[in-house]
Amino acid sequence: MASRIIEWIDHRFPLTSFIKHELTDYPTPRNLGYWWNFGFLAGFVLMLQVLTGLFLAMHYKPDAAIAFDSIQHIMRDVNYGWLLRFMHSTGASSFFLVIYIHMARTLYYGSYRSPRELMWWTGQGLLLLLMATAFMGYLLPWGQMSFWGATVITNLFRATPFIGDHVVVWLRGDYAVGDDTLTRFFALHYLFPFLIIGAVVVHLVALHSVKSSNPSGIDLADKDNIPLHPYYTSKDFFGLGVFLILYFIVVFFFPHSVLEPANNVPANPLITPDHIVPEWYFLPFYAILRSVPNMVGGVVAMGLSVMVFAFMPFLDRSRIPGGGRYRPVYRIMFFLFMLDILVLGYVGYVPPTSKTIAIGQVATFFYFGSFVLLPFISRAEDKWLFKRGLPAKIKALIASEEEDKRKRKQR
Amino acid sequence: MAEYDDLDDTGRRDFLLKMTSVVGGAGVVAASVPFVASMNPSAELLAKANTEVDLSGIPEGGMHTVAWQGKPIFILHRTKEEIKAMAVTNGEKDPEPDSERVKKPEWLVVIGVCTHMGCVPNKEGPGWICHCHGSQYDDSGRILRGPAPKNLEVPPYRFIADNKIMIGQA
Repeated sequence: MASRIIEWIDHRFPLTSFIKHELTDYPTPRNLGYWWNFGFLAGFVLMLQVLTGLFLAMHYKPDAAIAFDSIQHIMRDVNYGWLLRFMHSTGASSFFLVIYIHMARTLYYGSYRSPRELMWWTGQGLLLLLMATAFMGYLLPWGQMSFWGATVITNLFRATPFIGDHVVVWLRGDYAVGDDTLTRFFALHYLFPFLIIGAVVVHLVALHSVKSSNPSGIDLADKDNIPLHPYYTSKDFFGLGVFLILYFIVVFFFPHSVLEPANNVPANPLITPDHIVPEWYFLPFYAILRSVPNMVGGVVAMGLSVMVFAFMPFLDRSRIPGGGRYRPVYRIMFFLFMLDILVLGYVGYVPPTSKTIAIGQVATFFYFGSFVLLPFISRAEDKWLFKRGLPAKIKALIASEEEDKRKRKQR
Repeated sequence: MAEYDDLDDTGRRDFLLKMTSVVGGAGVVAASVPFVASMNPSAELLAKANTEVDLSGIPEGGMHTVAWQGKPIFILHRTKEEIKAMAVTNGEKDPEPDSERVKKPEWLVVIGVCTHMGCVPNKEGPGWICHCHGSQYDDSGRILRGPAPKNLEVPPYRFIADNKIMIGQA
């Protein structure tokens, strides 16, 4: 009976061939490590956020007069409301953690290299959408940190040439962040996940066209590929189990570690808290904003600090695949860059003093310097490695990648 | 064979396609106006755009904060010394004489929103300090140091009686 139903469907919709093409016959490199789990984990967290968010929206009121109280209502009166809220707030932090690891893996192994530039750029778009969604969601509890975070960030748009002041009023729907701002942020916070899902579909279609990269950095021959299902589905689900254990440790035992205490005070437009900090996932970018003494310059630097990653396929001029795996200088640069991001995160977290501002400026300089110097360093490293003589294995990899590129062009 | 020549004339087709695209695009832009405009402040908010303040309760040297259009307004009743000290300087980054920032020298009325990122500065010693990013303002609301580019803004206001101002109407 079941086979007859499937046959009936297959006659009208490519169900079996789709499953075959995208799952049971979809070739994946056999050498993928656990760093390749994080795309799947990001997709899972997205679904988790949509689900918990949907149920929270059934109890939340996007009205400045009662928004704060409706959160208390969710926490105290709604059945399992506390669980839904902590899963959603912890989920937001997890989302960024998973995405940042996903990006770090791409950077380390050079997965952004040809032919995967579009994967990298759609991913960049997804990061921006995620940031916007998280920022708008953060206003909804209508606490002090929500209010002043939204005030500071909408104020960034004053840097728009000529019409800056009008843009800020238009974004807020009021002369200061107020009821209109809250209601529209709620509407957009509900909309944006659907844009994210759309962008994820594009990301996945691109992935299934160019296939997964792998630690060696080149496209493997057919004999080195294995089907996605069951080999990597089982590996992904094992990783998911580990993730869920860590996630629920935070949800059940440390839910407040991702929430600011100052946000338990209702929003007050007339008093700014002494120390405004964004959520941890924005800290490095916030530090860059504060490091530039000029206001417009700071806003531009912050925007650039997020967007600059898009240039990686052009900036990395080495011919050697595998990123940090086969390139010692690039590897050192990668880890120094990670360290620099941690320093910026710390600078963004502490109140500004002349000392931390100086540290922040050095770290900002180093942040952008890494990108500016990369074309020269990667070229010099490439020359040095070729001159020293590459191991036969890497030579074979490069030759095989050249072969692959030729084949692609012919197709 | 003239018919075939007509069919092969892609120039006319391209022209029509371009014109349709332009007209259609203009239509989309026109249709977006109400949507974009709906996000600007509503008539209800605009109607509440004025705030009347009675100054008689503010002692000399004291400051009151009132809300106007949802923003804090600092009203500082300045002492003779403060007026004197402010008259001889011009500020630092955004020079402006004190006399152009006040209607009556003893009353300073400024919007209490830091011109950097929109935080509310705190009254500390002479002037204000913004805790968000460390901008400092003097007793005329002029920026002394820090990342803020401009002086605290003076809202439109006028004296409707000796001791009463209307904020929102110049």
